[in-house]
Amino acid sequence: MASTTTSSSAAPTVPDAVIKQRVRQSVTTEDWLIRGLIVLAGLWLLVIIFLPLYSIIYRSLTDKAGNLIWFANYATYFQNPALYGSLYNSIFIATVSTIISVLIGFLFSYAVTRTAMVGKPIFRRIVMLPLYMPSLIHAIALIYLFGNQGFVTKGFFGYFRENWGFDPSFDIGLYGPIGIIIGEVLFCFPQAIIILIVALSLTDARLYEASTALRASRIRTFFTVTVPSIKYGLISAAFVCFTLAFTDFGIPKVVGGDFNVLATDIYKQVIGQQNFQMGATVSILLLVPTVIAFAVDRIVQRRQMSLVNARAVPLHPQPNPLLDGVMLLFCMIITLIVLAMLGTAIFASLVNVWPYDFTLTLKHYDFGRVGGGGFNAYWNSVRMSAYTAVFGTVILFFSAYLIEKGKQLQWTRSIIYFISILPVALPGMVIGLAYIFFFNQPSWDMAGLTIPNPFNVLYGTMTILVIANIVHYYTVPFLTATTALKQMDPEFESVSASMSVPFYKTFWRVTLPVCLPAVLEIAMYYFVSAMVTVSAVIFLYAPSLKLASVAVVNMDDAGDTAAAAAMSVFIIVTSIGVRVLYELVTWGITRQTQAWKKR
Amino acid sequence: MSASQQTPDNVYLQVRNVTKTFGHFVALADISLDMYRGEFICFLGPSGCGKTTLLRIIAGLEEQNTGQIIQNGVDISRFPPARRDFGIVFQSYALFPNLTAAKNIAYGLEQSKLSRQDIQERVQQLLNLVGLPDSGHKYPAQLSGGQQQRIALARALALSPGLLLLDEPLSALDAKVRASLRTEMTSLHQRLGITSIMVTHDQAEALTMADRVVVMDHGRIVQVGTSQEIYHHPATPFVANFVGVMNFMQATVTDQAGTVYWGSLPLALNHHVAQWPAGSSLTLAIRPEDVRVADAAAGAPSVALAHIEQTEFLGPTYRLHLRIPANGNGHHDVSLLADIPAQQAHHAALQAARMVPIQLPSEAIRVFAPEA
Ligand SMILES: Nc1ncnc2c1ncn2[C@@H]1O[C@H](COP(=O)(O)OP(=O)(O)OP(=O)(O)O)[C@@H](O)[C@H]1O
Ligand SMILES: [Mg+2]
Repeated sequence: MASTTTSSSAAPTVPDAVIKQRVRQSVTTEDWLIRGLIVLAGLWLLVIIFLPLYSIIYRSLTDKAGNLIWFANYATYFQNPALYGSLYNSIFIATVSTIISVLIGFLFSYAVTRTAMVGKPIFRRIVMLPLYMPSLIHAIALIYLFGNQGFVTKGFFGYFRENWGFDPSFDIGLYGPIGIIIGEVLFCFPQAIIILIVALSLTDARLYEASTALRASRIRTFFTVTVPSIKYGLISAAFVCFTLAFTDFGIPKVVGGDFNVLATDIYKQVIGQQNFQMGATVSILLLVPTVIAFAVDRIVQRRQMSLVNARAVPLHPQPNPLLDGVMLLFCMIITLIVLAMLGTAIFASLVNVWPYDFTLTLKHYDFGRVGGGGFNAYWNSVRMSAYTAVFGTVILFFSAYLIEKGKQLQWTRSIIYFISILPVALPGMVIGLAYIFFFNQPSWDMAGLTIPNPFNVLYGTMTILVIANIVHYYTVPFLTATTALKQMDPEFESVSASMSVPFYKTFWRVTLPVCLPAVLEIAMYYFVSAMVTVSAVIFLYAPSLKLASVAVVNMDDAGDTAAAAAMSVFIIVTSIGVRVLYELVTWGITRQTQAWKKR
Repeated sequence: MSASQQTPDNVYLQVRNVTKTFGHFVALADISLDMYRGEFICFLGPSGCGKTTLLRIIAGLEEQNTGQIIQNGVDISRFPPARRDFGIVFQSYALFPNLTAAKNIAYGLEQSKLSRQDIQERVQQLLNLVGLPDSGHKYPAQLSGGQQQRIALARALALSPGLLLLDEPLSALDAKVRASLRTEMTSLHQRLGITSIMVTHDQAEALTMADRVVVMDHGRIVQVGTSQEIYHHPATPFVANFVGVMNFMQATVTDQAGTVYWGSLPLALNHHVAQWPAGSSLTLAIRPEDVRVADAAAGAPSVALAHIEQTEFLGPTYRLHLRIPANGNGHHDVSLLADIPAQQAHHAALQAARMVPIQLPSEAIRVFAPEA
C-alpha cells in the first residue's frame, strides 16, 4: 500500500472567458523598438519578395499593352508545341538528374560516414569543390572533353591511334539532354551530399546494436534501420536537386544545343524577342513545380520526429574489407571526375588554340581582347559579392534574431519566418525577371491615382544586384542563423531583463559573439554564391556594370570558350580564397574570443 | 532558519487569485499566497504542476490571465520584468558563455551609474560572498557545475534585489555538491535576509531549506506550512505521499463508535470518527518510522503480528516490508512498511520470513476524510 501516487484531484478547468483574458504588461520603449524592427523586417521582405512576385504574376496575365487578359498567355503557351515542349524537357531533365544525383550523393555520403574506408576527410573536401565553381564551368569542361573538338570525342587527338594502334574516339552526343544531365548531376550531387551527410551522421548506434542482436542481416538492417532514419534527408536532397536542375540556366545554355528548357526559354523570350509577357508566363511555369516541391518538403519535414535524443550513442563504423574496398573505388572515381572537370577547365584556359596548339599561354587571361567586360566585370563581381556578404549577413542575422528571440507580435513573426524560408523555392531567373518588372515600373496607376515607384531609382544599380542576391540565397543562411540562435539558452534574455539590461546590449555583448562562427559562415556562403550566380543577375546587370559570371556566358556565346574558362578559373580561385580566409579567421577567432569554449 | 514575523504589515509579496492558461490547459488555477519579508519559501510539487510558471509570473516573464502580484505594497502586475525588483537563477544558470565570471556578475552593474572601481569592488565582494574569490577571470566552461551555480547566484544578487527567485538551482548538480550547496545557500540567506523563492521538486531540499513550503499540484496550492507541519500534518493524502514515505491504509468505520478496521485489524485513533456513518471508508496514513515493534501481544487494538517479507538496509535504519495476514471473515492480507532503528533490528534479529509484533500508535495515524 505504501507509496502509491495519490493525486489530490483532476486537472482544473476555468471558464472560457478567463482563457481569453490576459493581464497585459505595459509596453515599454524597448517593446516599441522591437515591434518597429519586426515590422521593418516584414516590410523589407514585402518589398524584396512579395511585390516583385506579384509584379511577375500580374505581368503573365496581361498583354503587351498592359491590358489584363487573364490566362490568354498560358493558352498561347500550351497551344504552341515549340513552347510547351520545354516544360516537358525541363521536367525530364530535372527528374533524371535528381535520381542520379541523389543516388551518387547517397552512396558517397554513406561511404564517408558509415564505412571504415581510408581517406574520408580528403574525399569530403574534394567533393565540395564544385560548390565554389559556377555551374557553367561543368558545361565548359564537358565541351572540352566531349564536345565536337573534345579530348574524348577526338580520341585524345590520335595519341592512342599512333602509339597503340587503336582509336578510342567516342562521341557521346553532348549537345542536348545528355550534356545537360551530366552537367546538372555534377552541379547537384554535392548539394545532395551536404544534406545526406548530416542525415547519416545523426544516428543512434544503439539501433544498429539492437538490429544486430536480433540477428538481422546487413541488408535487412540497411532497409529497416538506415533507410527509414534518413528518409527525410533523402526527400530534402531530392527536393534541392530537383529545384536546382529544373531551374538552372548556365548548363543548358552552353551544352543544350537545340534542346530547349524553361530557363533558356525565358532568356530567349526576354532578351531575344523582348516578349516580357511570355517571359513572365514561362517564369510562372518554372515557379509552380518548385513551390510545390517546397510545400511537399515542408509538410514531410514537419512529420519528422527526432530519432536521435541526447542519449544517442554515435556510430563507429566497423571495417568490412569488401564494402570498404568497393566504396573506396567509387569515391575515387567520383572525386577524380570532379578534379578532371576542374583540371580540364584550367588546362583549357592555359593552352594556345584548342585542339591544335597545346603550347601554354596566359593570353586568355587578357580579357581585353574579348567581350564580356574583362577585369572590370571581375572586380564588379567581387564588389557585389562583398556587399552581398556584408549587408546580407547583417540584415539576415538581425531579422533571424528578431523572429527567434522577439516575444512581441507572434503572428507577424510566424509570417516573416515563412517568407524567410520561401526563397529556396524561387528560381534565380524568376527573381531576376520579377525585379525587372517591379523596379523598372516608374509608377503604378491605382484607382485613378498615379503612385510613383520609390524603388525605381534602384534599377540598374549595384544595389539591386545585391538585393537580388540576398533574396536568392536567403533560405540556407537564414536556417543557419536560426539554428545557431536556437542553441542559445532562451533564458539569456530573461536574465538580462531581470537586470534591466536592454535587449540590444545583450544582442551585442552576448548573442552576436556567441554566434560569430555562424555569422562568418553566412557571410562566406553569401560571398561565394554571389560570385558564381548567373541566373538571378543576368537580367539585372546594367551595361556599365558587367559581372564575371555573366561574362562567362557571353564569352562562351561569342565563341571565346577559352576566355570563358579563364574567367571561371578566376571566380573559382577567388571563392576558394575567401573560403580559406574564412577558415583562417574562424580559427583565429576560436583561439581568441572564444577561449571560453576550451576547458 | 531565519524566523520572519508573519504579521499582515510584514507581508512583502502577495499573489492574488492568479490564473494562467496555455491554450485550454490550466497551468495555475486561482493561486493566492502571501510571503513575508525575509522569508525563504519553496514551491514544491511534481513535474508540470505549475511551479516554474508561478515563479515566472512573479518575475513578469509570463503574463497571467487574471490576478495580481503585489510587491512591497505596489501592484506590479503590469510591470515588465525590467521594472520589477528581483534577481533570478535558472536551472541552466544561463551564464553568458563568452564573458568571464566577473563580467557575468558585473553585467547588470554596468547599467548602473557606478564607477569602474566601484563595480570591481562590488564584484569582488560578491565573489567572496559565494566563496569563489579567485575565480573571477574564468569563463563559465572552465567552472564546475557547483561553481557556475554560485556565479549565477552572485549575478542575481549583484543589484541587491528585494526578491530572489531560484528555479531548481540545484537540480543539475550531483548529490554531494547539492547537499553542501543547500547548507551554504541557507546560511547565505540568513546573512542577507533577502526574501527568496525557490522552486524544487525535491522534497528533501524543500524541507531542509525552506521557512515555509508551498506544496502544489495540478496548478493549485495544496498546502502551505513549515517543513514540520507539512511532514507531520499533511493536509491531503497527496501531500503525505509526496513528502517523505507514507503507508496508506483503506479503513472502514464499524458500528462500534471510535474503532475502525484496517482489514481485520482494529485500530485505535485519536481522531474523532463518530462523525462518519458506519460503513464509510477512510484513508489513514502512517509514516514507516512511526511503526513500532510492539512489546504488547497481538490482539490489543493497533497491535498485530506481521510477517517480514523482505528487509532493506538503509544505513541508520532497516526498512521492513511487512504483511499482516487476515484472520478469515473475507478480509484480505494488508501490507505496510516499517523503518526500525538498525540497532533494534539487530537486537531483535528481525529477518525476512520471521514474524514480528508491531504497533501503530494512535497519535501517529493521520486520518483523511472520505471523499465526498
Ligand atoms: N509556454 C508553454 N506553453 C504551453 N504549455 C506550457 C508552457 N509552459 C508551461 N506549460 C505547461 O504548464 C504546466 C506547468 O509548467 P511548469 O513549467 O510551471 O511546471 P513545473 O511545475 O515547473 O514542472 P517541472 O518540475 O517539470 O519544471 C506544464 O504542464 C507545462 O507543460
Ligand atoms: Mg520547472
